[in-house]
Order: sequence, then structure tokens, then C-alpha cells
Amino acid sequence: MMSTPQTLYQKIWNAHVVEQRDDGTCLIFIDRHLVHEVTSPQAFEGLRVAGRRVRRPDLTLAVPDHNLPTTARLDANGNDIPIADPESAQQLEALERNAPEFGIAYIDATDVKQGIVHVVGPEQGFSLPGTTIVCGDSHTACHGGLGALAFGIGTSEVEHVLATQTLQLSQSKSMEVRVEGELGPGVSAKDVVLHITGVLGASGGTGHVIEYTGSVIRALSIEGRLTISNMAIEHGARAGLVAPDDVTFAYLKGRPMAPKGDDWDAAVAYWRSLATDAGATYDKVATINAADIAPSVTWGTSPEDVLPITGVVPDPSTFADPSKQEAAKKSLEYMGLTPGTPMTDISVENIFIGSCTNSRIEDLRAAAAVLKGRKKADNIKWAIVVPGSGLVKQMAEAEGLDRIFTDAGLEWREPGCSACLGMNPDKVPAGERCASTSNRNFVGRQGPGARTHLVSPAMAAAAAVTGKLTDVRTLMD
Amino acid sequence: MQPISSVKGKAYPLGLKNVDTDIIIPAVWLKTISRSGLGKGAFQTLRGVAGNVFDDPAYAGAPILIAGDNFGCGSSREHAAWAMADLGISAVIAPSFSDIFSGNAFKNGLLAIVLPQDAIDRLMEVAKTDDIHIDLETQTVTTPFQDRFAFEIDPFRKHCLINGVDEIGLTLKSSDAISAYENKISASQPWLSPNQA
Repeated sequence: MMSTPQTLYQKIWNAHVVEQRDDGTCLIFIDRHLVHEVTSPQAFEGLRVAGRRVRRPDLTLAVPDHNLPTTARLDANGNDIPIADPESAQQLEALERNAPEFGIAYIDATDVKQGIVHVVGPEQGFSLPGTTIVCGDSHTACHGGLGALAFGIGTSEVEHVLATQTLQLSQSKSMEVRVEGELGPGVSAKDVVLHITGVLGASGGTGHVIEYTGSVIRALSIEGRLTISNMAIEHGARAGLVAPDDVTFAYLKGRPMAPKGDDWDAAVAYWRSLATDAGATYDKVATINAADIAPSVTWGTSPEDVLPITGVVPDPSTFADPSKQEAAKKSLEYMGLTPGTPMTDISVENIFIGSCTNSRIEDLRAAAAVLKGRKKADNIKWAIVVPGSGLVKQMAEAEGLDRIFTDAGLEWREPGCSACLGMNPDKVPAGERCASTSNRNFVGRQGPGARTHLVSPAMAAAAAVTGKLTDVRTLMD
Repeated sequence: MQPISSVKGKAYPLGLKNVDTDIIIPAVWLKTISRSGLGKGAFQTLRGVAGNVFDDPAYAGAPILIAGDNFGCGSSREHAAWAMADLGISAVIAPSFSDIFSGNAFKNGLLAIVLPQDAIDRLMEVAKTDDIHIDLETQTVTTPFQDRFAFEIDPFRKHCLINGVDEIGLTLKSSDAISAYENKISASQPWLSPNQA
């Protein structure tokens, strides 16, 4: 008898059910838990108060990222430079104290392996296909680019995972987002995911786990797949997934924490079995034509407010949904934009290249390719490039990318979350615009009053060169 | 978690769609290592605008918030639920919630009630003058004007909310099942145990 065809998501889910209750809620085993300093202090405190221990410290990895300044961390004598903000320092110290107290591996701020958790996990081979991965951070969906069921959780759930290595969960619905065709010049994975978010809307994937499929996804590198899955949450999905394939295995082979030798072969054989079966059905399907995707940019204060760079600022009265009309009016007011303005007429003063969405080596290469031999425009006041990890930084420096950035007048920084959310000193001043490779253009996200335009690394580099939002294709040979 | 079975009182008629967690509590407030005191930062950017519902004396101390679609989208920060609780809010009614926010709300005994947009529109009107009553036992939202809206809730969550269940304590009762799962996996998939870098 044939077994029922299953999706990638169903296979991973079924492989992690510890117990199922009558109402369908399942106790799901968690294979990997990434911990950072912002969403963990209250969880560790909860364990302490209840006298509980961490069940599986070996499956847990702690890395500081959100609060760390991206300026030099060691002085000329190799000593730690103290963190000026006492609250940031306190939160970082709490993690530094909690990790050893509970027996958890901790990557120090001055370790070359340190970086944004979602860059570190894949890079170290800690994140693997077919695993369940959680972190107290919504962009945990990122690891789905490797074919892991990865999702963000709140602090109570962080505590629950620390204490039990499981979560009580109900299965989400499944959705396929199929992207077929071939991407045009200047169109990157970031443009694909911005376009998807524009099409689905900020809540289009709510209650669903999305599997990204189709020829465009298959042709992407792991860096590109991580970028797409990273922003699954921006269209509301619980998690994103890309089926693991030879590209995935080639990326992971030899990574420090990945399986080795016979274990590796066994792992690959298992990972190959995870692909969605022919005939399996999804609860919802969306098809995107690659030819429709241009270099993209956001105009408003929700990641769904996406336009091709060739577009004009929309007129709120043209939106069909009255609540969207109201929201668009407020967005334009906050963003200081007038309907009908071509997007390429909008000047920016700040450039941020970084974040868990776009701080991997390929992202930096794409930005450097545009900046090579060019200078930033005079109206650009602040332009920083923040690599996703110390290892990305090292690789970029070995390739000479850092010189391209600094020669163009951009600052080359230390790894961390940085101006994506401005918990560290990297903020965009009120009323100013930033062409940013991050993932959220929310009101106040990059600093109170900051105006964010989400773009790809190449588009951020193009904006740095011209001082305006720019179609990167006009700067390509 | 404190048991909760009903909420009755005034409601902030916010109505806004896509209220993200940066709006509920900006990142600057996330540097705390405690759960309390975040009410001061709740809805800070909205409160900067004259005529906002949070500073309108008519709604002072309201235990209910009425919002638009996709409430709590964005980051996973549980600080959003803590900040709302600290502000005195015990329930949010909206057409939809982000998955992570609704989980965080539940863990903190904050009711996240899903009702269709037409019910929301009606409750926004009622909230301007009268109290709203949410009853978890009967899964209904009612007003003094004979309005009666039924809502769905996961039976497990309902049970935990009404009884104030400590979820970690509950899961720890399944320790043997977790151990059995771990043993099974370490035999069948030994490579799942990470090499320590």
C-alpha cells in the first residue's frame, strides 16, 4: 500500500512528535536552540526561581548580537573596550553569566565566530536540514533556507525549551510559494522576498509554514535561500522552508558542528528523503513569475508596502481596502512622501548594509561589485557595512571587499544586528531616510522617527553612489 | 500564570491594522532583564500623537484593546505582552493575530480574541460609550446592547488560561516520553548530536 504523500513540513513535523494529545496539540522535540542576550534573561531567571536546569545544554548555543556596538571591541593592547550603554552592558553580562551557569556553549563578543545568531547557526553547521530550530527572535525562520523547521519564539517558550527541550505546538497549515522563471539582471533573492511580501501582504502567510519552491529557488545559493526564508515572518508565516538539495549539502559539508565521516553520509541520505512527495498537497498555493520581479523597494511602514524601483509613491485613495487607505495615509505622513513621486527621486542620507537578512559574504560581494571604483554621494551622511559574523568579516577582508567599501567612503564595522533595530548605538536620526538591507520598515524601527526603505545589498550600494533610491541596473555594465 | 476566565470593562478603540511589536514596545525598552515596568513604554509612538486613545481619559485603565488585522506582527519580543499587561490590558480583540504574538499573549494570560471585521467594527462603536464583556467559559463577547459574538479558542489554551496552568510543569510530567524520544533518536540518527565547535 502506498503511504500518503507528504510535504517537507509534514515530514519534519512527524519526525519530531514526542507526544500527541487528544485535541491534536503535540509535544515537539527541539533539535537546536539559539540564545541571544535580549530575549533570554527572564527565561534564565525563571529557571533559577523554579530550581530548574537546562535539559540539553549540548543542543543550545548562546551568542550575543543585538546590543553589541559595531565599533572596535578591543583596544590597542587587546583589552575589551567597555560598553558605554549601561543597560546594554547589563544585558550582555547577564548572558555571559547565564551561559556557563547553565552549561551552555557561549561565543564571546571578541571571538571570530561571533555574529548574528542567524548567520552563526548555518555558518557553524549548528543548523541542519530536517531539524527543528528555535530562537527568541522572529527571524529564526532564516534557517529554513537549509530545510530546517525554524521559528521564532517568545521568552516563556525560550524558558520552556531550556527546561524541557520541547514545545507544546499545534501543527500549522502548509503553503507553497512557487517562484518560476529566471531572475533578470540586478534582481536578487532580497528582491524576490520583498516582491513575495508585496503580493501576499504582511499577514498572507499567517498560520502557515511556507515552502518556497520553483526554478528560481532551486537556482539560488544558500545565502540567497536564507535571505528569502529569513523574511517569511514579514508575510506572516510561522516558518519558511526550502527543500535541502546538493547545494545545501555542499554548503554544510566540513562546517565545524556538522556531522562528519559516516555520520555525514547517513545524514545526507536522511536529508534527501525529506523533499515533498509527488502528489502531496498544500493548504494554499501562490505562484510568482520571476519576470514580474524588478529590483524592489519599500515606500511605507509595513514590509508589504513594496514597489519596483521604477514605480511611483502610491496614492492611498487608490487602495480598495478602506483600512489600508488609512494606514497608507499615515505611512506616507511618517515617511514624508507625496503620492506620484517617482521612487528614484527620493534622496537618502543613510545607508545600512547588514542584518540577518543580508550580511553574508554574497551580500557583501553584491554591494562591493556596485561600489568598486565609485564614491558615495556627498549627501550621504552615514553609511555602514556590518558583516554578519567575524568569519564573514574575515572572508570579506581576504577578498579585499573592506577596501572597496572604505575607498567608497563607507564604514567597515564589527558584526552584530546593528541598525536593523538600533538596540546598539547604530541608529538612523529622526526624519532622515535610510536605504537599508534589513527586514523591517516599521515606524521607529531604526530609531525614533527614522524612515526606512528596504532594499537589496546592490540597491543599497547604488543608493550610496547616487544619494537617491536608484535602479541598480543603471549602474551595471 | 494567573487564572483568567472573563474580562469586563472599557476598551481602547484602536482599530489599527498591522500593529507591529515595535509599535507595542519599541526596541529601546528591550534592554531590561526583568518582566515588569514596561507599561511606560507601551505604544510609545502612538502616544506621541495628539488625540490617541491611550491618553484619552474616556478609556483610562481599559482592560480591553480592539485592533485591526494582523495584530502583533513583527518581532518575537514577549516584552509586547508584558508591556500590555503592565498597562492593565487583559484582552485584545482583532480579526487576526501574528502567530508568535498570540503564543506570547497566551503564556502571559492575556486573551487574544479573534472576531471577524464586522464584529470589530461594531465593538469599536460600542467601546466609545459602553463596556465590553469577554467570557472565556462560554467563548463569547457581549455588549449591553444584545450583541453576542462567539469566538474560537484552542481547547488546550482555554484549559490552561482558566486554570492558570504552569506549562513547563505540565510538560515536565512527560519527562519519560521525552527521554524515550531522545534515546530513539540517538540510536537512529546519532549524527543529530552536534560536534562541539
